[in-house]
Amino acid sequence: MALKIVKGSIDRMFDKNLQDLVRGIRNHKEDEAKYISTCIDEIKQELKQDNIAVKANAVCKLTYLQMLGYDVSWAAFNIVEVMSSSKFTYKLQRIGYLAASQCFHESTDVIMLTTNQIRKDLSSPNQYDTGVALTGLSCFVTPDLARDLANDIMTLMSHTKPYIRKKAVLIMYKVFLKYPESLRPAFPRLKEKLEDPDPVQSAAVNVICELARRNPKNYLSLAPLFFKLMTSSTNNWVLIKIIKLFGALTPLEPRLGKKLIEPLTNLIHTSAMSLLYECVNTVIAVLISLSSGMPNHSASIQLCVQKLRILIEDSDQNKYLGLLAMSKILKTHPKSVQSHKDLILQCLDDKDESIRLRALDLLYGMVSKKNLMEIVKKLMLHVDKAEGTTYRDELLTKIIDICSQSNYQYITNFEYISILVELTRLEGTRHGHLIASQMLDVAIRVKAIRVFAVAQMATLLDNAHLLTGNMQRNGICEVLYAAAWICGEFSHLENPMQTLEAMLRPKVATLPGHIQAVYVQNAAKLFATILKSQEGNTDSTAAQDTSQLMIDRLPLFVQSANLEVQERQASCILQLVKYIQKLQQKDVEVAEEVNALFAGELNPVAPKAQKKVPVPELDLDAWINEPPSESESEDEQPKAIFAKEEPKHSRPRHTEVDEKELARQRREARKQEQANNPFYIKASPSSQKVYQDAPGVEHIPVVQIDLSVPLKVPNALPSDDDDKDPNDPHKALDIDLDPLADSEKLPVRSHRAAEAAKSPAEDGETENATSLEPKKKSSKEKREKKKEKDRDRKKSKEEKKKKKHKHEEKEEDLLGGQADEPAVQSEETSEVAAPPTSTSAEVSDLDFWLSNAPVPSNTQDSEPDEPKDAEMEETKSSKHKKKKQKKEKEEKEKKKKKKHHHHHHHSDGGGEESVQNGTVEEEEPLPPMSNYCLLAENSYIKMVYDIQGNLQDGSQVVVSVIFENKCDSFLKSMEFNVLDSLNSKLQRPEGSGPHDGLTVPFQLPPVSNEARFVFTVQSIVMPQKLKGTLTFIVKNEDSSTHEKLDFKLHFTCTSYLITTPCYDAFAKLLESGDLKGSSVRLEGVNMPFHHLLARICFHHHFSVERIDSCASMYSRSIQGHHVCLLVKTSGQTVSIDAKCDEPTLLGNVLDEIKQTFSQC
Amino acid sequence: MHFLYPMCCFNSLLNLTCQNQNNYIQDHLKSALFDAFCLTADVFNRPLCSLISLFFHFFSSFQMQFMLLFSRQGKLRLQKWYVPLSDKEKKKITRELVQTVLARKPKMCSFLEWRDLKIVYKRYASLYFCCAIEDQDNELITLEIIHRYVELLDKYFGSVCELDIIFNFEKAYFILDEFLLGGEAQETSKKNVLKAIEQADLLQEPRHEYFNVPVY
Repeated sequence: MALKIVKGSIDRMFDKNLQDLVRGIRNHKEDEAKYISTCIDEIKQELKQDNIAVKANAVCKLTYLQMLGYDVSWAAFNIVEVMSSSKFTYKLQRIGYLAASQCFHESTDVIMLTTNQIRKDLSSPNQYDTGVALTGLSCFVTPDLARDLANDIMTLMSHTKPYIRKKAVLIMYKVFLKYPESLRPAFPRLKEKLEDPDPVQSAAVNVICELARRNPKNYLSLAPLFFKLMTSSTNNWVLIKIIKLFGALTPLEPRLGKKLIEPLTNLIHTSAMSLLYECVNTVIAVLISLSSGMPNHSASIQLCVQKLRILIEDSDQNKYLGLLAMSKILKTHPKSVQSHKDLILQCLDDKDESIRLRALDLLYGMVSKKNLMEIVKKLMLHVDKAEGTTYRDELLTKIIDICSQSNYQYITNFEYISILVELTRLEGTRHGHLIASQMLDVAIRVKAIRVFAVAQMATLLDNAHLLTGNMQRNGICEVLYAAAWICGEFSHLENPMQTLEAMLRPKVATLPGHIQAVYVQNAAKLFATILKSQEGNTDSTAAQDTSQLMIDRLPLFVQSANLEVQERQASCILQLVKYIQKLQQKDVEVAEEVNALFAGELNPVAPKAQKKVPVPELDLDAWINEPPSESESEDEQPKAIFAKEEPKHSRPRHTEVDEKELARQRREARKQEQANNPFYIKASPSSQKVYQDAPGVEHIPVVQIDLSVPLKVPNALPSDDDDKDPNDPHKALDIDLDPLADSEKLPVRSHRAAEAAKSPAEDGETENATSLEPKKKSSKEKREKKKEKDRDRKKSKEEKKKKKHKHEEKEEDLLGGQADEPAVQSEETSEVAAPPTSTSAEVSDLDFWLSNAPVPSNTQDSEPDEPKDAEMEETKSSKHKKKKQKKEKEEKEKKKKKKHHHHHHHSDGGGEESVQNGTVEEEEPLPPMSNYCLLAENSYIKMVYDIQGNLQDGSQVVVSVIFENKCDSFLKSMEFNVLDSLNSKLQRPEGSGPHDGLTVPFQLPPVSNEARFVFTVQSIVMPQKLKGTLTFIVKNEDSSTHEKLDFKLHFTCTSYLITTPCYDAFAKLLESGDLKGSSVRLEGVNMPFHHLLARICFHHHFSVERIDSCASMYSRSIQGHHVCLLVKTSGQTVSIDAKCDEPTLLGNVLDEIKQTFSQC
Repeated sequence: MHFLYPMCCFNSLLNLTCQNQNNYIQDHLKSALFDAFCLTADVFNRPLCSLISLFFHFFSSFQMQFMLLFSRQGKLRLQKWYVPLSDKEKKKITRELVQTVLARKPKMCSFLEWRDLKIVYKRYASLYFCCAIEDQDNELITLEIIHRYVELLDKYFGSVCELDIIFNFEKAYFILDEFLLGGEAQETSKKNVLKAIEQADLLQEPRHEYFNVPVY
């Protein structure tokens, strides 16, 4: 041994250690790369040696080199070697793990070799071994590692040492991200850890908070627990996390906000800035979410603003945060921020640009009519001082934003134009466009300002040579576009000649083409105005001089490279002026005619002007042409008979169409014109950029969705699965955290084959995760063999270890048991007199907590103290009642809507919807209907069910069963089983036998809940009955009993029908002769005809078209059989003629219809 | 790559990356995507931020994304990544951040918005401590974390200086690992962290000569 040490140290004398390496690098500053490459060669040599200490030394050096940016991935295997050196020394192992955590990432393939090593280290008796392994794992955990080690880590969460517990808890979050299936089984234990003393508790809070921030709705039930923690904890780190968590929860549950405001405002008086900041942020978030329903919390807002003021007056970093939070308040409570204007203006002088930008953001919301000019002038000063174009551009846009917000609401005297002109002095700004469009907008909108504006623009044009120079590059020359246009269009100029000359300067030719075009066009306008004034003077020479000026200067533009300038404007106008000159020489007065070229003033339109236009009496819903309907089949015959008359009929129709076509074309043309006309003010102020064609709105297809019928999805999958991004690890964690069923445990590696056996509902929940499985497997196959070996080895080891692990196994069992015991319960019992007895009641507990429970803080709620028991009862039962009432209400509303839908000839999908047609008659309201019929009932539970076909799959029907708990106890472990027949089978998850029951995916507090079961059927022509049993456990406070309820599931033929609207196909079907007929008569039907139709529609899934006293109805089976009914009524007799391509099915359906009416 | 090429393949790559669930392929896809990003961004001189934010969308996890320690000269002294990124991406981010932070004047505030992350940094003597956190996270508590880490280093080394961290960088990592785990503060008591470190050091057998405090 001694020899070995000596040998080791001699070896090392020749090696470089880390310090030598670092020193060497520092000494070879000039040829660092060369030096390092020799070092790497040495390291490679060292790695080849057997001595693990030498290897560790080499790995340590590599870790350093990795930080310097050198690739060390080639040494990954050596790192693994050093990691597994725990049997030698702790130090080497520590270095190995450090190197791994720095160098490994998910795609490092040697990671999978470490699984067993890590597992061994995790279960090491030395807590620091375990700690090192956990720390390392947190950096390089992969989905595979997470899956394989989840169980081990979960065990560690209950380790005796808090040092390990806290690490295990924290790392669980990483595991959840990589292996979402582990969340459900691990959650109860995680929740337990909230009760632990400090370091572990704060770790658990951290993890739950992070989980909840991503998927808050699953964690709402934990609110009472966290509330208690918040009011009792003194650890700021924990408090911040909890407050953040509440910030995520309040948007989902406004009542929570009410409860939070008070303790939060108490916490705000803390001295810790970080906590204060978090509180303020959450209070703001809470108030925003409350702002609709709450009277006002001006006191809290005032408090926040005051505190923020302290922050802003504080050091730089706090200043920034204060402003950031302030801008959040500004959105909802602008008034309370406005009083701090002075402070914010001060911040504009700050040295830090980010602070100035924040202050600018705030200013936007603070302006009023009174202070606008003051603020803007101050900003203008800043513009002059500002260094750096980005900040200056930001200032510029902010000034314009501030002034133009909500239609120039705050601008009173239109000094704005001069501000805009002043802004054009800015060099190098990118926002020439913006300024130009503002100028145009203001000048067009406000008549009163035009004279002033034109004068300003004229000076701008005069001084245009100042702007030139490098203006081609910076976008500021865009303002000349606006200036030229305004001068031309509203030519109220004092000295128009000067302006005209300015516009025709040779330098103009250097401007961008589109600006030149505007110059030329508006020079012509100006020319027209000048002519008019000069002709009045009867001094013809002046006019001729002007024409001469035009003729002299315009050829310059004819040479322009820009097509618009050259052709449309210059050459055309040049010819025009030449012609004018000729006329002038003949002493003809031309001014009138020239002016007529540009006649017509552009006027602003008030935003509300559209409302004053009377709405034309047009029923946009009405059909313009009668749509082709089934009645056409009848029309066809007379047409054939009166063939001669046909042209007569069609001619007027033809012209009608023509007229419509013409009108349409005209409308189109007009729209086109408007879209292209730059001077047509479009509806929205944002489309003021006149030189851009607005994208044609008419091309956007408008889809009308009628959602008056509740959409019932025939499949049991929750719909929000669709928008889940499979790559977002947090979405995958959106898992229902209902208490675990007994059977649920974390899938252990060796049991993976049986993993697929899950209830369908759970499949739905974890669908994301499971859908990942098969794909993962493909990549795993190569590794599978290796693992198998591992497993064998492990087995033998495990037997040895069994004794050691005894206590851990015990805990494993406990996990199952714990699952049923709510962690919240203990809390609730202390507060509430009559506690609900199980966890599934948490949601209603939450309701109760939010509505009644007194705030445990020292401040008392003003709510009256009512007997709690009674009220709790009430909340529960009333909840149930509400549901029913709601249903009824919906039904009523539906009816109301129906009346409005008379004009719809076609039913739009919903069976209930499509009842009426044609004539309006005073209809009695329909009685409420429900398709749910009783399945079975005893003193504990009542089941009602409804069966619906699945159109996508011709062999599937979905049975929705509502379980209603009739007793006060809890029902759990419900298992639904059906004796399959040859024809119909209950779909069970893969791997379970044909006689296994399905676990109902929830437990039942004294309310009701719905579960869906999928059945496969082969033949659908005959009705069927299936026998089944529901087993469940009734759990009281002190006892639990097994109960059983038998039932018969009746698959009627109706349940295979799916409401399908009958389009034209209907008539064709009837004519085709493929269908077999049958008929039935119902005597003594007392109900009104429309009730009868509604009933058939609703209970038997038909769609309907009604004409007076007869109606045709249509439906389709899931296997594509067509069923057509012709229902006629006379007095109390209703006759139904039916056709269907499957006579047996038809017979059965008719029997069922008969049955329906015999019952009422 | 021709500059138009990454533009075209960008979308298809992105789709692939989103759909493909095989980790190994995905990783390659991501790095290809990253190349495409850089090329497009460089060519069109567009800010990378919008593109890069996608990455953090994929990877975002615990509150702290990474922590960097670098000197005034821009030399990296310590790096800890709590999000799995490839070496290439890490290097790019590091380079960009070091430049950004060093360019800031001493009086400026300690926070900046960078891509869609918030950067919290603080300078202690010649060393910059720099953390990236997510949008909703608390900047002040992050500053507190930085400060606490510095205090821990100070206690452990006894008035710490940059050279201590250079020559004992593994110790600095061990301390960081005892203090933060997966980007989250695991121990709020300084005493406990130091105790854990000391005990772990004790385990580390009689100290070898080459891990002794160095002589410069």
